[in-house]
Amino acid sequence: MEPVDGNAIGGLLIEIFGTEMTNVRGTCAACNATGPVASFAVYRSGPGIVARCRACDGELMVLVRRQAITCVDLRGLARLGK
Amino acid sequence: MAGTAVRGRLTWQVATVSAVTDETPAVRTISLDLPDWPGPGAGPQRAGQHLDVRLTAEDGYQAEREYSIASAPGEPVAITVERLADGEVSPYLTEELRQGDQFEVRGPVGGYFVWDGDDGPLLLVAGGSGIAPLRAMLRHRRRTGSTVQARLLYSSRTWQDVIYRAELSVPADGLEVFHTLTRQQPPGWTGYARRVDAQMLTEVAWPAADDPVVYVCGPTSFVETVAGALTSLGYPARRIRTERFGATGGQ
Repeated sequence: MEPVDGNAIGGLLIEIFGTEMTNVRGTCAACNATGPVASFAVYRSGPGIVARCRACDGELMVLVRRQAITCVDLRGLARLGK
Repeated sequence: MAGTAVRGRLTWQVATVSAVTDETPAVRTISLDLPDWPGPGAGPQRAGQHLDVRLTAEDGYQAEREYSIASAPGEPVAITVERLADGEVSPYLTEELRQGDQFEVRGPVGGYFVWDGDDGPLLLVAGGSGIAPLRAMLRHRRRTGSTVQARLLYSSRTWQDVIYRAELSVPADGLEVFHTLTRQQPPGWTGYARRVDAQMLTEVAWPAADDPVVYVCGPTSFVETVAGALTSLGYPARRIRTERFGATGGQ
């Protein structure tokens, strides 16, 4: 399934982080590539949402929603910030 | 890094359809009445952003999609929706929806694929319904009296598939519009008649030395082709902003 851009989950990320995140830069923990969250490759056909690195395909973010709770796994990110 | 979610602040609100406009046989613009805009939890609207749409079926099943906002900040909010053959949401929005109908939205959302009116020269490259957020930028440019030089390169399959056809044919100061029709061209067509490539971009775009800012929006393969061609022409990555929509995504 074709991914969409991190732009697409901007609303969900505001829910989670309380602020606009798509212009925030993230650094891949696996390959050190850096780019705005908007550029992450987002897959959401499964039970959760996975954002992958465009350079190495490594998992950057895993978001799983269950009712009002969203579990957020950012272990694939070495850094997330402006 | 790991953690649990804090309570959301971005809040859904009920939008009422104020008008529907057919743009092409498969594309429709939906104008919305919103009681509270920008919506609760969102910042001021910026050209290029999207909003989230949530539809709820009678049995409670919910589907969420994102649609680019096709109107400029300060204008009544509108989205432009293309019907996808296997879509879950777009057939409803483009075929069933009537004036007065309601659905939930939240937003505006987005801080990356946005243009605030002063950065330029401004190069916009659209494939199909990827024109929607770029139209918001062009309207914003006009409304604010921006003097930034702008060029739009817009790829469509046929002339009938060109969204906002009438609006884009109105001359505007400092704006040049270039069409390419990839599948079929009307008699006497003098525009481009092939997919966007590096040669076309060389002819349409400013030299990289002019430091234009570029917004590219369209299907994934289109965006990657255009971004790759721009990079090969010497455009730095930091000046190229892209928005791809996948095969089943929103837009």
